[in-house]
Amino acid sequence: METYYKPEDLPKFEEIGEEAPQLAHKFFEYYNAVFADGELTEREKALIALAVAHAVQCPYCIDAYTQACLEKGSNMAEMTEAVHVVTAIRGGASLVHGVQMRNIGRKLSM
Amino acid sequence: MDVQTTITKPVPSSAQRTIDVMPFRSTLAQHHLELVRAPTHTLQINLGFLCNQTCRHCHLDAGPGRKENMDSDTLNAVVAYAQRSHFENIDITGGAPELSPLLPDLIESVSPLAPKIMLRSNLSALKKNMRRLIDVFKSHRVVIVASFPSLNVTQTDSQRGEGIFEKSITVLQELNTIGYGRSGSGLELNLVVNPTGAFLPPDQEKTEKRYHQILKKKWNLTFNRLFSFANVPLGRFRQWLIKSGNFAGYMQKLVSNFNPCAVEGLMCRTLVSISWDGYLYDCDFNLAKDLYMGGKKIHVSEMPGPPQPGTPIMAADHCYTCAAGSGFT
Repeated sequence: METYYKPEDLPKFEEIGEEAPQLAHKFFEYYNAVFADGELTEREKALIALAVAHAVQCPYCIDAYTQACLEKGSNMAEMTEAVHVVTAIRGGASLVHGVQMRNIGRKLSM
Repeated sequence: MDVQTTITKPVPSSAQRTIDVMPFRSTLAQHHLELVRAPTHTLQINLGFLCNQTCRHCHLDAGPGRKENMDSDTLNAVVAYAQRSHFENIDITGGAPELSPLLPDLIESVSPLAPKIMLRSNLSALKKNMRRLIDVFKSHRVVIVASFPSLNVTQTDSQRGEGIFEKSITVLQELNTIGYGRSGSGLELNLVVNPTGAFLPPDQEKTEKRYHQILKKKWNLTFNRLFSFANVPLGRFRQWLIKSGNFAGYMQKLVSNFNPCAVEGLMCRTLVSISWDGYLYDCDFNLAKDLYMGGKKIHVSEMPGPPQPGTPIMAADHCYTCAAGSGFT
């Protein structure tokens, strides 16, 4: 079945540089610097990326960072917990907006 | 692998695809490299395919039903070969070498012949034979190289069998109590981690650091060194890759991670592997694939000494495993 998301498209990501090579170069240079070992390890950064990939619901990123997490020594339990962290934040972000609802509702209500 | 590679060159994990792998020798030629033997310093002795576990990543298809195990005549021929060849290391493997009744005799015989004796253990076989073997190990300062693929029980048991993680921790604790892996004891305990699926292993140095921290914190365990190895697409692991639809993706991953700088340090250049029936191979993986050293079936009793440096090494597609990333040494 045709789909907008195809696994074989992921290796084409670098082709994005064809029309704007300088911007792509800057992006990938920054990208690589971000994910290098620093105060956080590459393994920890890959777990963060995996969690964020779920928040932004990017299938390419989920595929890439599931593999990256495994190859950096994380296990499925750690990866599942990371997804729960982002889920909690995402759910919490909705719920905390209930304060706005309550503020507005109280203002409008007698 | 850098991060750009992570996001731009992943291998789809779900789909089975067909793939034409460039022959390993052609890849070497593209990089103006050749794979030839260097001076040999390690003799690897494979006591046979009998094992108490049926690990899903085993390149030898070892297991409880296997009958191919070294007899005493072959063992005597191997010891005589070690005597005339002066190796630095003797590396005893299987199957589970602890299950061989000949293991204590072998260690006693080869210990005076090489400065370092190593034994590859799956830990659960050692647990069953600890009382019979541990004094021999200690008195000959046998280095134990133990399989410990993951810090996670699910990953470990999925690869190696139900309950293996817990047994492994118990055996490591016993070994620590005896002095193995403890600083200043002279008894060396090394761990081997390998991926629990169709992906490459983590960085060895970082993994060693993390394992030291976590094993100490959770179980008060210590060890000396850690080795991080990729799984070789042979035997049971190959069958699993095919059945799970991961074979093409895994091969593609190995090929795309070919590292020309790793070739010089490959273990097959400095090791000779002897099978349970006494035949010679460049490595244990070629043994699994019946690729005899030099393309000829040579029995250990016919070998005058170590293989000649400069002799070409038998290579096939599984060699991409050892040349991927930082290599397999």
